[in-house]
Amino acid sequence: MSKVVSMREAIAELVHDGDSVCLDGFTHLICFAAGHELIRQKKRRLTAIRLTPDLVFDQLIAAGCVERLVFSWGGNPGVGSLHAFRRAVERDRSLTLEEYSHFGLLARFLAGSSGLPFWPLKNFGGTSLPEVNPALRSVVCPYTGEALATVPAINPDVAIVHCQRADEEGNAQAWGLYGAQKEVAFASKRVVVVTEELVSTDVIRADPNRTLVPGFIVSRVVHEPWGCHPSYVQGHYDRDNDFYVAWEDVSRDEARLARWLDEWVYGVPDRAGYLQKLGAARQAQLTAKPRRSAGVDYGF
Amino acid sequence: MVYRAARELRDGDVVFVGIGLPNLACNLARATHAPSLCLIYESGAVGAVPQRLPVSIGDPALVTDSLAVVSQADIFQCYLQRGLIGVGFLGGAQVDRFGNLNTTVVGDWAAPKIRLPGSGGACEIAVHAQRLLLIMRMSKRAFVETCDFVTSPGHRAANGKTRRELGLPGGGPTRLITDLGVFDFDATGEAVLTELAQGVTVEQVQAACGWTVRCAAQLEPMPTVDEAVAARLRALDPQRLYL
Repeated sequence: MSKVVSMREAIAELVHDGDSVCLDGFTHLICFAAGHELIRQKKRRLTAIRLTPDLVFDQLIAAGCVERLVFSWGGNPGVGSLHAFRRAVERDRSLTLEEYSHFGLLARFLAGSSGLPFWPLKNFGGTSLPEVNPALRSVVCPYTGEALATVPAINPDVAIVHCQRADEEGNAQAWGLYGAQKEVAFASKRVVVVTEELVSTDVIRADPNRTLVPGFIVSRVVHEPWGCHPSYVQGHYDRDNDFYVAWEDVSRDEARLARWLDEWVYGVPDRAGYLQKLGAARQAQLTAKPRRSAGVDYGF
Repeated sequence: MVYRAARELRDGDVVFVGIGLPNLACNLARATHAPSLCLIYESGAVGAVPQRLPVSIGDPALVTDSLAVVSQADIFQCYLQRGLIGVGFLGGAQVDRFGNLNTTVVGDWAAPKIRLPGSGGACEIAVHAQRLLLIMRMSKRAFVETCDFVTSPGHRAANGKTRRELGLPGGGPTRLITDLGVFDFDATGEAVLTELAQGVTVEQVQAACGWTVRCAAQLEPMPTVDEAVAARLRALDPQRLYL
């Protein structure tokens, strides 16, 4: 049965005030369309989970959606700061932080996706991280006697996973940088798959090694072309680096950031409206040049 | 600084590449004396051969023509924790004489003066890399007696514990490369000045350093960039992202 709905319907149905929401993708496949819909629907008191909050969480923080942030690197990559995040932490003290390193937070996803209560790792010795995060603990290995760091499982209420193609059941295929999409999907209670292309199940079955998330753990499927801009989708469109650079000045000025949200999020009904505003010329500049893989033989 | 850092990389090294100057140094080394350098990015690209200088460590150019693209969990577990990374490369807002780095916060974590991005992969890179290169511009604000927060461990913790006592598998910092000179780390894990940049005096290094600088018996000149290397750097970074 088809699970395809609009972004508005998916967010309204699956994300409630107070939920923990993981919107994954590392530089690649960050679903800004979902972030903007969370803002438009004025979701409140969210626990927002990402390794790199990126611009999308800076926008959610500025819009007042986030109460608690679970993260490991809060900056604008290659550019500078996330200023809404910094204002909330430095000036307003309005955000509760739960801070990890990348490996630490990935290990939480690994435990959550594997049905285990915690995950062991060799990490954090000599650092201040355990002093500010009581979830970082240790265990003695029963085989070697070695002390290992541990992190607890994380099981978000909702995962939002963006991919290149999926069928109506949510069987999702992605390539390029995966981030933690697979682990996040398996760790979460409800999964929204957002896809650039909606394809038939035959297309999925023709290349099964490419499937990252199986449809039977997926709640809803949203077909949202260009759903990641200004992030990118390998084989579809490039990262809008100019947008990331320009965000420095937008987010530094609180009033300007509010105007930006008015114009680009509240001022459009959905992603199609956003793209109309972005314009065909900009989309043409960002459209990926083809670089097809040769394919493989699945015969027997 | 970038050129000096690039010279630390040997052909065939497996290097974990961070954003900023390390990115440029690694790509310079690959374009010059170390064509078989294996670049690994925390985003999941292994053996990357970027056709443009990546703006971020998750740039699509890292994927195209790389040897492998893996999940981030695989990068940190199978490649880094497994001990396969020869060289790590880090910078930070603060460093102390033992090579402890702070990229988290200036002031108190709960009530910060300046909130910095945090660890990202830096903590585990400092824990696991066999050799760790630190690259930072010198100033009294950055080269401090004690870091406000230790994000990435160096050779000794504030309580004096060594890497062995802390259970850290990697080798710890091997060089601290700055705009004014280069420090090595002695057997006790403390930074010792070994090279001076052209026209820079020990007094100038001391004036930009929050701890009492120790010098090697013989101070070498830091290698200078010739026109060929300068041209190569400009070609690598035509948009002046890092230069």
